[in-house]
Amino acid sequence: MSALDGIISYTDRLRSDRSSAIGTGLTFLAAAIAAAMVLPLGWLVVDVFSLGGRALELTVDPTTLQVLVRSVGLVVVVTAASILIGVPLAVITVQTAIPFRRAWTVIAALPLAIPSYLGAFAAVSAFGPRGALAEMLAPLGIEAIPTIYGFTGAALVLTFYTYPYVFLTTRASLLSLDASLIEAARSLNSDRWEAFRRVTLPQIMPGIAAGALLVALYTLSDFGTPNIMRVEVFTQFIYARYNAFMREYAALLSLQLLAVTAVILAVESRIGIDEQGAYSSRSSRGAINFDLGAWRYPAMLLPAIVGLIAVLLPIAIFGMWLVRSGPGYTGGQMAFSLSYGWNSIYVSLLAAAAAILIALPIAFRSATTDSRLAALADRAPYVGYATPGIVLAIALVSFSLDALPVLYKTIPLLVFAYVVRFMPQAIGSIRTSTLQMDSRLVEAARTLGRSRLAAFRSITLPLIAPGIATGAALVFLTTMKELPATLLLRPLRFDTLVSYIWRVQEAGLYGQAAIPALVLVIVSGLSMAVILSQEGGKGADQ
Amino acid sequence: MEQPRDPEESPPGEPVVELEHVTRAFGTEAAVADLSLTVHEGELVTLLGPSGCGKTTTLRLLAGLDRPDSGVIRIRDEVVAGEGTFVPPEDRDIGLIFQDFALFPHLSVGENIAYGIEEWPAEQRDQRVEELLELVNLPEYRDHRPENLSGGQRQRVALARSLAPEPDVLLLDEPFSNLDVGLRKTMREEVRRILKATGVTAISVTHDQEEALSISDRVAVIAAGHLEQVGRPELVFQHPESRFVAEFLGQAGFVSGRLSDGKIHTGIGRLDAAIIKGLGPEYEGADIDVLVRPDDLLATPANGSDANGRIVHREYIGPSFIYRIELNSGDVVHCDQNHDDRLDLDQPVQVSLTADHPLAWFPAE
Repeated sequence: MSALDGIISYTDRLRSDRSSAIGTGLTFLAAAIAAAMVLPLGWLVVDVFSLGGRALELTVDPTTLQVLVRSVGLVVVVTAASILIGVPLAVITVQTAIPFRRAWTVIAALPLAIPSYLGAFAAVSAFGPRGALAEMLAPLGIEAIPTIYGFTGAALVLTFYTYPYVFLTTRASLLSLDASLIEAARSLNSDRWEAFRRVTLPQIMPGIAAGALLVALYTLSDFGTPNIMRVEVFTQFIYARYNAFMREYAALLSLQLLAVTAVILAVESRIGIDEQGAYSSRSSRGAINFDLGAWRYPAMLLPAIVGLIAVLLPIAIFGMWLVRSGPGYTGGQMAFSLSYGWNSIYVSLLAAAAAILIALPIAFRSATTDSRLAALADRAPYVGYATPGIVLAIALVSFSLDALPVLYKTIPLLVFAYVVRFMPQAIGSIRTSTLQMDSRLVEAARTLGRSRLAAFRSITLPLIAPGIATGAALVFLTTMKELPATLLLRPLRFDTLVSYIWRVQEAGLYGQAAIPALVLVIVSGLSMAVILSQEGGKGADQ
Repeated sequence: MEQPRDPEESPPGEPVVELEHVTRAFGTEAAVADLSLTVHEGELVTLLGPSGCGKTTTLRLLAGLDRPDSGVIRIRDEVVAGEGTFVPPEDRDIGLIFQDFALFPHLSVGENIAYGIEEWPAEQRDQRVEELLELVNLPEYRDHRPENLSGGQRQRVALARSLAPEPDVLLLDEPFSNLDVGLRKTMREEVRRILKATGVTAISVTHDQEEALSISDRVAVIAAGHLEQVGRPELVFQHPESRFVAEFLGQAGFVSGRLSDGKIHTGIGRLDAAIIKGLGPEYEGADIDVLVRPDDLLATPANGSDANGRIVHREYIGPSFIYRIELNSGDVVHCDQNHDDRLDLDQPVQVSLTADHPLAWFPAE
């Protein structure tokens, strides 16, 4: 199809959609839903207004400023460390001939399968005072080990569980790299390193940047790790103020956290991370560029150490809790009940179903029209996705207490929070599968005698069904392990796996958490498998 | 442009598709402008033109995937677009073969073919699918998935799928552009065989002149949304009615001259007005350009005053050489010669006319 024909069929679609009343209705529905998703955040502003003049005072308060500096510091340190680990790992697993390349690739990505709060939890119980390590060392006469709590500990834990983002995006960039480019550079008299520096690196930059962005956003919004590690960054400080009944102050801090998030996102759009390039994996043409010689054996140490520590440590700790009993490991008043698991599944199923119902019109609309409103409706929910969970939770608590008390701490509000946070995953996968579908197929169906609706049913729906299923699975699995909104918005005496783990962690009854923690590790592992298989599927289609 | 009036060009059979003054604009640009064309029963007409000339838009208008801004489209005497009516694609009896074939990936070959005849009784439907698989030479492939088929096989399936509901008209959008060059020629013959075997009326769209000339009963040359000329391939090729058509079909060269006393003085010598089609004495004194194709001319080595041009470019295409010759008069012509007649660059030559058929002419620009 020529360029002009392309433009023509593009304007075509625009025109035929404008003329369709159903289309317009759908667009408005999508826009209205998107607005409802974003609106609660506005309530934070209302809360802050009620602080009056104190708002400014609190903003420039030294404590607040320290929180800001510490948060940004943590983001910078974790992001830099993730790049330092993730990029070499990607290069090693894609471009060198280390033994068991595939296995190391999987291992290097595996930490993503463990929610960082479980990692932090395990680290504290292994290396904390009275932890497993201290216990082992005590007979040797070593009484004090460096504390795991604080900034360094949090930075370490977060790095271990977030570097896979950089690893995966860099790897995808490396794989999509045309090997003949490197060969061209070599034929132009560049040596391997020069070719890497001048050809490979500039091209995988977008991939590295995309991964770094994910790490930065994750670190900034992570709720569990700073709380467990007792680091006063935004998420921890907000939760502490909230628990001290300083809701307005918490709202103010939430707005600041949102502002920092917005700055990071703005930086991203300024440097223009090309997602296409960052995530595309057209064909695995990643050629062996570096011949490490005998160094390829020690090179295995990097994925081995990083991956195995991050993955095996928590599993070993939870396993130990499972088989061990004793003081601190069992506690009568907080015994685990199977109903927590059912509660988790119940709210997660509700969230997945609601997210799909809402995402379907939005995603389908934005994939099949070029209307600005539809595009906006498609992008708006991502505000919820980028919003740190604790901020959304605080906003919904305030909103429900002030405006709709009947909803405060109810299942519908909790599910609403989950939908706001995770629906973009469903939108994304439905839109991707809709876009991947050749629009000519529907036209073919129409010329073969099917109406618009019949063509949708017999062609579009079966073809985007995998996308819908993937979206539902992602929302379900991420809801299962969601922490801050669950903590703040769950009804009284309604415990899920996550809230139960949190309670026993706060009470120091670590042993109780073994089963739910292991279940969550499996759940996260599954969600990672879903994401990776989705990426793989995309690659195969092209 | 009107329909051909020449009786020998009028094809037999009833009109099946009629386009009358059809216009379709996108923004300020008219993709199709005042286009009129009639296609008759059992005919294969090809719309030929460069990319972006509006031929695909014409096809989409016929299929009902787009609405004309003005004009009328009739299929079997029924107005399907224009005069205040618009029949949606599913209610027109048309079949459409897409450039990339658009086979449904989640259905098998058999299910793809049966898609358009779902409402038929099962037994008849089954039989129809068998019959079509037979027709397109894929009897073994009923349960295969489209993704496992080669390009040529996909095209056969697409053809069978469109033919299944026995459409009044079959539309083909650049049907061979997604095939390997080697396969194109075979598939051209194959598609023409299948179309003729079913007797379906077909309209195809292409920018490939060789394809258009070889498969069509009639060719309609389109430029910038206008119909330039329509007729049997050899007539359009030999007697282009516009410079555009002359240059778009085959390699064209022009020699200029003035008609005086039944002769034209040109860069390749004096030509007799009698060998130029439609150049009567009423054009006495007119400056004209005569169309000469590479096979109309012969270049021979010459010296001094015998030479009327020199070789400026030489292209070897296997069986022959194509020489580009700059004439002393300033005109540039091409000459297609046997590979034994080897001429060198810059060599002075004498170019003479060897054509034994009437030549076309255009008023000088």
